[in-house]
Amino acid sequence: MRRREFLTLSVASVGGALIYSLDRKVSRLSAQTTKAIRIPLRFLSEEEALIVAAAASRIFPSDEAGPGAQEAGVAIYIDRQLVGPWGRDRHRYTQEPFEENAPAEFGYQGKATPQQIYRQGLKGLKGFDHLTPTEQDQKLKQIESTLFFSLLRRNTIEGMFCDPMHGGNIDMVGWQLIGFPGPRMSNYDDVDKHFGAAFRPKPASLSQVAGHKLIPSEDQE
Amino acid sequence: MKTLPAVDVVIVGGGWTGLLMAKELGSRTALSVVVLERGGPRKTEDYADMDELDYAVRLRMMQDLSQETVTFRHNLSERALPLRQHGSFPNGAGVGGSGEHWNGQMPRFLPDCFELLSRSTEKYGAKRLPEDHSIQDWGVTYNELEPHYTRVEQLVGVSGKAGNLRGKQMEGGNVFEGWRSAEYPTPPTKIPYFSTLFRDAAKALGYHPYPTPAATISQAYTNPDGVARPACTYCGFCDRFGCMVGAKAQPTNILLPVIQKRKNVSIRTGAWVRRIVHDATQNGGKAHGIAYIDGSGEEVFQPAELVFLASWTLSNTRLLLLSKTDEPYDPITGKGNLGRNLTHQVYFPAVTAFFEKPLNRFMGAGAAGIRVNDLDGDVFDHSRLPFLRGGTLEAVSLGYRPIANFGVVPLTVKSSWGSEWKKAALHYYDRTGNIMFYGEHLAYRGNFMDLDPTYKNGLGDPLLRLTLDWRDNERRMADFVTSKTLEIARAMGAQEVIPFPGLRNYDTTRNQSTHIQGGTIMGRSPDNSVVNPHLQHWQLPNLFVLGASVFPQNASANPTPTILALTYRTADVVVNQYLKAPAPLA
Repeated sequence: MRRREFLTLSVASVGGALIYSLDRKVSRLSAQTTKAIRIPLRFLSEEEALIVAAAASRIFPSDEAGPGAQEAGVAIYIDRQLVGPWGRDRHRYTQEPFEENAPAEFGYQGKATPQQIYRQGLKGLKGFDHLTPTEQDQKLKQIESTLFFSLLRRNTIEGMFCDPMHGGNIDMVGWQLIGFPGPRMSNYDDVDKHFGAAFRPKPASLSQVAGHKLIPSEDQE
Repeated sequence: MKTLPAVDVVIVGGGWTGLLMAKELGSRTALSVVVLERGGPRKTEDYADMDELDYAVRLRMMQDLSQETVTFRHNLSERALPLRQHGSFPNGAGVGGSGEHWNGQMPRFLPDCFELLSRSTEKYGAKRLPEDHSIQDWGVTYNELEPHYTRVEQLVGVSGKAGNLRGKQMEGGNVFEGWRSAEYPTPPTKIPYFSTLFRDAAKALGYHPYPTPAATISQAYTNPDGVARPACTYCGFCDRFGCMVGAKAQPTNILLPVIQKRKNVSIRTGAWVRRIVHDATQNGGKAHGIAYIDGSGEEVFQPAELVFLASWTLSNTRLLLLSKTDEPYDPITGKGNLGRNLTHQVYFPAVTAFFEKPLNRFMGAGAAGIRVNDLDGDVFDHSRLPFLRGGTLEAVSLGYRPIANFGVVPLTVKSSWGSEWKKAALHYYDRTGNIMFYGEHLAYRGNFMDLDPTYKNGLGDPLLRLTLDWRDNERRMADFVTSKTLEIARAMGAQEVIPFPGLRNYDTTRNQSTHIQGGTIMGRSPDNSVVNPHLQHWQLPNLFVLGASVFPQNASANPTPTILALTYRTADVVVNQYLKAPAPLA
């Protein structure tokens, strides 16, 4: 059994945030407290999680344009995806023979699962979280064309804008950035109005809308 | 293998065609009908979980490729490789099949599509057709199919505006459509802002825009079977989702409620069909029934008097190949018909346009849009153009979701991550729209299907192998349409545009819709088709094949209405003629 690993975040970094713990109990953290919070990790080691968090923050930075991967909890999201069916290639066709060097239009033909791609890719980023932002950007530019980076970029966007039940988009911070209201049951009265003007209903997450227990894909076999 | 008690009718597949046939036979006859569905059961109540990640990104409703996929190559000289993850045609699984997660677009085919070879030859001469084409006539005409199209529209309650009512051109509808005997059952859907920009610009340029015919209905509707559905709420979760209110017509909300009331119809889920058991050698062969693996893993044989093959379009071809019902098509000699004429709709974003004002694109529906058919089929003259046929342009407001769409920025932005990219992506997120093109794909001698020699499914049976690539006709059509669409995008007020870069080789990673067709094509002669114009198998007269696998070639428009119209037509001939005297119908 693997050693229990935690990602330690300062509450200030995630703002007043809803964190979905492992047993899916929701706890609201107050931005007023100065305590650090420790989030149990499911796949990544703490060292790996800190690198993922730092890299995601360069892909989707927290800057004058608004919050980014750090506030959204993208590293938590990625850790959970990696342990779930997607990270294990549960639904991918994995029969041999593999043709690793197939042209791009055949899609990914490799044998490595997302778990393996991350583990290997993160080995190449040892100490990344201790570099300066400029050094971090240089490092990422070097790996820009790798499969690992394309997964990391894609997963960062997912973690910014997924429903909060998946561990990312904490407090719907990503949805608020772009004015996406989440799963809104009816736009009947609005769909043919507001032409040319931003219409931004208050976001609501699926658990607020659905009113029943939800099992996210990462918790399925 | 365990043999089950015989039934009158067995139907392979519980999607649109299988359940429509089950409903028709179950309601109009006392025959015992069994539907074999590989996937699990589904109901409307399952569809309240509008989660983009699990449904639209992780593809919860799609076929589990770990168990079965297809292999792909561009031509005979390449080695085929499996599609290891969903890409160009994400197909559904479970009761309702791909008819659950669709967008609900309901156009009819143009009349001349059904006589493509004779009409094209007549107008342009045989020399204008691509040298390696294998297009042919369907063996059914638009006029024969028209009443069935109308029945389909009434079954679904399609929302739209007629453009040709009994020969009279109607402003505001598609003036290029074939004649229709009835107006659409419900008025057009509401039109979201982005689609209105397209409508107004297209009209100003002299095109004939009209509202997309929609199975996402504009008002409450009760169909002739007494099935009632509410109006669409424009929640924006059609594509890759089932409808949470049941406004989007799906097999589970318009066919299943009728079937469930019929004691003579049963649906067996978890039934993984392997073979159609038959005698093909004897004169006037016969299908005896279906061999499948049931939910507990046991191999069983279901004898039946009448067999309908109604699985997903590619699976129809694969099951006939595995069952050795026909001579497989050989692209070198041209012999054999099973597997030939593989086509896939030429579907691409002709222009990605960026606007000054926000578009509120989260609101919409899978078929809430505006179409233009001035560049479709032979509506425009091709005498001086380097290609034949065309397709539909559409600005549809599907409902824009952030994971799929965030990060699209004008070409002037050089980065794809970091602060500069983020700033641009945030600005453009709700200011971006795609004008899509649905183009016709001609059939070619080199595009076909057979069984893969290397890769197997979860039961150890060979996967289907696709050999498919674009030809110059499609590439030139794509370039022509893209240049025309750029003019429309500019007239819409787009500040920046990304034109489609052009069709190169067929790309399995780019979603090109589930509209892939052919393999068990219909026709007037057993020399060039697998089933006759009634969709009856030429060698096994008690076997009928339903679905887009019977299309001799792609016809540009979305296929579901035509698939259902053909199914209705077959149901009629089976009930009115075949059951009275089981024999070849053609």
